[in-house]
Amino acid sequence: MSVQASTSPSAGAEVGKTSAINIGAILLQLAKYVLLFVLAFTFMLPFIWMATSALKTDSQVYTIPPVWIPIPPQWQNFPDAWRTYNFNLYMFNTVFRYAIPTTIGVTLSSAVVAYGFARISWKGRDVLFFVCLATMMVPFQVTMVPLFITFKNFGLINTYWPLVLPAFFGSPYFIFMLRQFYRTIPVELSDAAYIDGANEFEILWKIILPLAKPALTVVALFQFMNAWNDYLGPLIYLNQEDMKTIALGIEGLRRTIAQVGGVRLAYPYLMAVSTLVTLPILIAFFFAQRTFIEGISLTGIKG
Amino acid sequence: MAVMASTTNRPRMSAAARRRQLIGLLFVSPWLIGFMLWTIYPLISSLYYSFTRYDLLRPPVFIGLKNYIEIFTSDPNFGQVTYNTLYYVGLSAPLGVASAFLMATLLNTEMRGRSIFRAIFFFPAIVPAVVVAMVWQFLVNIQYGAINATLQSLGLPVIPFIANPAFAKPTIILIHMWAQGNAMVIFLATLQDVPRSLYEAATVDGANAWHKFWNVTIPMCTPVILFNLVMGLIYGFQNFTLPWLLTAGGPNQATEFYAIFLYRNAFAYLRMGKASALAWILFVVVVFFTILLFRTSARWVYYSSGDE
Repeated sequence: MSVQASTSPSAGAEVGKTSAINIGAILLQLAKYVLLFVLAFTFMLPFIWMATSALKTDSQVYTIPPVWIPIPPQWQNFPDAWRTYNFNLYMFNTVFRYAIPTTIGVTLSSAVVAYGFARISWKGRDVLFFVCLATMMVPFQVTMVPLFITFKNFGLINTYWPLVLPAFFGSPYFIFMLRQFYRTIPVELSDAAYIDGANEFEILWKIILPLAKPALTVVALFQFMNAWNDYLGPLIYLNQEDMKTIALGIEGLRRTIAQVGGVRLAYPYLMAVSTLVTLPILIAFFFAQRTFIEGISLTGIKG
Repeated sequence: MAVMASTTNRPRMSAAARRRQLIGLLFVSPWLIGFMLWTIYPLISSLYYSFTRYDLLRPPVFIGLKNYIEIFTSDPNFGQVTYNTLYYVGLSAPLGVASAFLMATLLNTEMRGRSIFRAIFFFPAIVPAVVVAMVWQFLVNIQYGAINATLQSLGLPVIPFIANPAFAKPTIILIHMWAQGNAMVIFLATLQDVPRSLYEAATVDGANAWHKFWNVTIPMCTPVILFNLVMGLIYGFQNFTLPWLLTAGGPNQATEFYAIFLYRNAFAYLRMGKASALAWILFVVVVFFTILLFRTSARWVYYSSGDE
C-alpha cells in the first residue's frame, strides 16, 4: 500500500496535463502491479520460510522476531538431515520401486487405450468412454477398503505391488488427455498408412506415438510426480521401515519435533529434507514449464 | 442408445466392421480389465462389506443394516464430521475457483514478466502434499512461526491458525486457495481463447471494461467454471492428506473431515464393515452433488457452439 501512496502523486504530476483518463489508467496499472507483487510474495512466503529455516541453528528457530537470513547459514543441515534419517533408502524406494514402474505402466497402457477410444470407430465406444470418465467420480475411499482386504489376502501388504499393479491398466485422466491429443492428429496420415497395408498396431507405433511425444511426456512427467508426491497410497500399504517412501519418511522425521526432551535440529532438518524433496520438482518445472502448462490445458478444454 | 443399436445391428455387420469392433475392444481391454478389477469388483465387495462386521482377524459376519443405523443414529462423531465436510466443500470449491479465476484474469492482462508470475502462482499446486503440510504447520505455528513471530515482535495479537477450532477450517481453505495452479492454467487457456471480435463488438456497443468482463469474459468462462467446480467438489469430499498431516483432525475435531473419519474406522479401529458403509454413503453423496451441479448448469453455463 505504501508503495502506491508514495509514487502515485509524482506519476500523476508528470502526466497531469494530458488527461484525467491517463492518470486513471496509470493508477490502475500501478494497483495491478502492487496486487501482483503482494500476491506473488504471499505465494512464495512458505517456500522462503522453508528454505531459510533449513539453514538455521536450533536457537534461531525459536527467535522472535523471526530470523530470515540465518548467519552463518548451516549448509551441513542438508547432508546431515538426509543421512541421519535414511533418506537414501526412501529415495531409492520412491524412484525405483514406485515412480519408474508406475510411470512406465501408466504411459504405455494409457497410450494404447486412448488409441482405441480416439482413432478406431466401433460400436459402444462412446458409451464406454463416458463410463471411463465417470470412474473419476468414484472416491478413492470407496475402493480403498476392499482393495486393501484383497491385497492383504494375497499377502501383498508391505510390498509395492498394490501401488504398481493398477498402473498397468490405464488411468482415466491420462486416457482422456491422450485421446484429446490423438484426435488432433489428421486422419489422412493413418489412412495413407492403412492403404499401404499397415495394421492398427503399426499405425499407433509408427505414426501416432512419435507425433504424440509431447503429450506422452506430459503423462510420464505427471505420473512420476504423482508417485513422488503420493502419501495416502504408501500410508495404507507400507509400514515397514525399509519399505518407506520419501513422503512417509518426512512424516516420520516430523515426529522428532514432538519428542520429549527435544531432538537436536528437528525443525531445520525437517525443512532441509522438505527443501531437497521440492527441489527436483522445481527444476523439472523450470525446464518444462511449457510442457506442464500445455498438458493441463489439454484436459480443461471441452471438459 | 449405442449399446442397443449395437445388439440389433450385429448380425448385419460386415467382416471388416466386425474386425474393427474386435480390434477396438482389444485396444481398450487394459482399461476394461482394470475397470473390472479396480472399480467394479471393489464397489460390489465394498457394498457387501458394508452389511457386515469385519475386523480382518475373523471372517466377516452379516449384520444387515446395522452399520448404517449406527452411523445415522448413534455415532457420536458423524454429525460433526458431516458438518465439517459440508463446510469445507461448500466453501473450498467456490473459493478455489474464485482464487484461480482471479489469478488467471490478472495474468491475462497486458503486463511485464507474465511467465514469472504465472510460474509463482502455479508452483504450489505441484509441491508434495507432505511438504505443504510440514511447511505450513511451521509457518502458522502460534509461537515461532514466521507470521506469529512477526506479529509478536510488533506487539500485535497472534492468530491461532490451527490452534483454535474456529480458525482451523478457514486456514485449510486458505491453503487450498493457494494451491490452485491447475485450475488457474485451465482458466488462462480459456481466457486466451475468447475471440477478440466479441470484445470489439462490445466496444462498438459502448460497453466499458466492467461490462465486457461481466457480459463477455464470464459467460465464455462458465463451462470451465463448471468443470473446476465439479473437480473441487469431488476432491473436496475426499480431502485427506493436508488435514491429516496438518491438524490430524483437530483441534477439538474441527478438521475431522469425512475421509479422515473413514480412514480411522478402517485402519485405526479395524472396522472394515463400518468404513465400507461410510464409503458408500460418500459415493452416493458425491454422485448426488455432481448431478445436482450439472442440473443447475443449464441455467448459468453458456456453450458458444450451441450444443446446449
